[in-house]
Amino acid sequence: MNAPARPAAKRFRADKAVVFLLCSLPLLWLALRAFGASSLSLGPNPVEALLHGLGLWGLRLLLLTLCVRPVAVTLRQPRLMRLRRMVGLWAFTYLVLHFLTWLVLDRGLDLNGIAADIVKRPFITVGFAALLLLIPLAVTSTDRWMRRLGRRWHSLHKLVYVAALLGSLHFLWLVKADWREPALYIAVYMALMFWRWRNRPGARPKLSVSRETA
Amino acid sequence: MRRTQPSLQPLPSEITPPDRYFNRREVITALAAVGAVGATVPRNVSAAPLKYARNPRFSLNEDSNSFEDITTYNNFYEFGTDKADPAQNSSKFKPRPWSVAVAGECAKPGTYTLEDILKPHALEERIYRLRCVEAWSMVIPWVGFPLGALLKRFEPNSKARYVAFKTVMRPDEMPGQGFPVLDWPYVEGLRIDEAMHPLALLAVGLYGQTLPNQNGAPLRLVVPWKYGFKGIKSIVEIRFTEHQPPTSWNLSAPREYGFYANVNPSVDHPRWSQAQERRIGASLFASKQATLPFNGYADQVAALYKGMDLRKFY
Repeated sequence: MNAPARPAAKRFRADKAVVFLLCSLPLLWLALRAFGASSLSLGPNPVEALLHGLGLWGLRLLLLTLCVRPVAVTLRQPRLMRLRRMVGLWAFTYLVLHFLTWLVLDRGLDLNGIAADIVKRPFITVGFAALLLLIPLAVTSTDRWMRRLGRRWHSLHKLVYVAALLGSLHFLWLVKADWREPALYIAVYMALMFWRWRNRPGARPKLSVSRETA
Repeated sequence: MRRTQPSLQPLPSEITPPDRYFNRREVITALAAVGAVGATVPRNVSAAPLKYARNPRFSLNEDSNSFEDITTYNNFYEFGTDKADPAQNSSKFKPRPWSVAVAGECAKPGTYTLEDILKPHALEERIYRLRCVEAWSMVIPWVGFPLGALLKRFEPNSKARYVAFKTVMRPDEMPGQGFPVLDWPYVEGLRIDEAMHPLALLAVGLYGQTLPNQNGAPLRLVVPWKYGFKGIKSIVEIRFTEHQPPTSWNLSAPREYGFYANVNPSVDHPRWSQAQERRIGASLFASKQATLPFNGYADQVAALYKGMDLRKFY
């Protein structure tokens, strides 16, 4: 893909600002409730509300990053791809805050208990693994790292597929009986991965296209 | 039975006959239904004051949770699985008229109206800890009467080794029953000696008022030394059985929820620790507190389980 001309890049900043604002809204809402702005509150169990709110939005945004390419290709809007990094970094932000909420507010920095939980509780193990996988992706998300890694950057960033799957499993695994919402996320994940498999680089191109080029 | 100490101040309920305040509730419900009082109606439209006496034997050195906390943070999956769902989705539920079917190994089976059930029992307020299996807890001032006193009236026979309870099945009024999150209707059970234990309570109210729908109106079980899910709500059937009855959460996930479900900090839930609990209503920065064996009621109830392996019978 050729780099678009400068004016196009500039025009896109408005879209970026909108996406930035949208991604920040759940966090803003949680913060307003946490600080009790105008009689808002996180409810009777504030730690749980914050923990679940951050985790849910982290997972939703992570799945949203996986939607970007299918949507951009289907709608023939390659410029949408330029929004993906921001959504991904927002997902990472929510998930780091989710982890810190668990670490500090829920587990009270009880390091032995935390280590035991990560090892002993499978849903925590997979959630923690998902977060670890996202760290190198966040670090290498800059233009500089993209240039430096070249083609390997794309291979590395395929880890997001694993992280999103583990994150969805983390959610499914922690619910007591009502698996409907986590099942929905897993269904969305599967659909997006199916699209990728159908549109994989080695896949046979569409018949009409190959005839034209033949 | 031990007499309870009457409170010194006359309660508003003592000068209001029950038929009047039940009537009042229906008027409010009806007004709410046509939108006449709209948004100003509290979520707890079914509340009516009760005549009761505080039982000082069952008080705690811990602050009770607020009425708001107790009535807006509920696990009552018949009204939805989110903690806020029961308060939001239970306004259509009609807790009166109500009757309970009594069946099984007893001399006096039959269908009893709620009034029949309540008549001979003096209501008392007991402040109990409630420990949820999800590792949170509350302190709740229940109004009710001992379960054992009611069960004795049905004259269970020598084959009655367990008591099984069933929640009402009303998908039209309980939207959560429209999807089989659990195998409806909800069922629970106790061993007969547990059911006869003086701590086992049938609650009809909290904070001096009739139970709000989201808390299990009009009649619910409270077993303070067990995880909260044993406290079956909106009871319509009591059955004396010879064999251990099935229980809903045990059927749903037998590895995670046992029949006994005694609060036990040393037996973890397979997916989380039960060693600590978070007290509802505490601030964002409050730390958890240690969970006590049998939820702090070990002195009274540990003898029921003498010689039992509580890891096996979780």
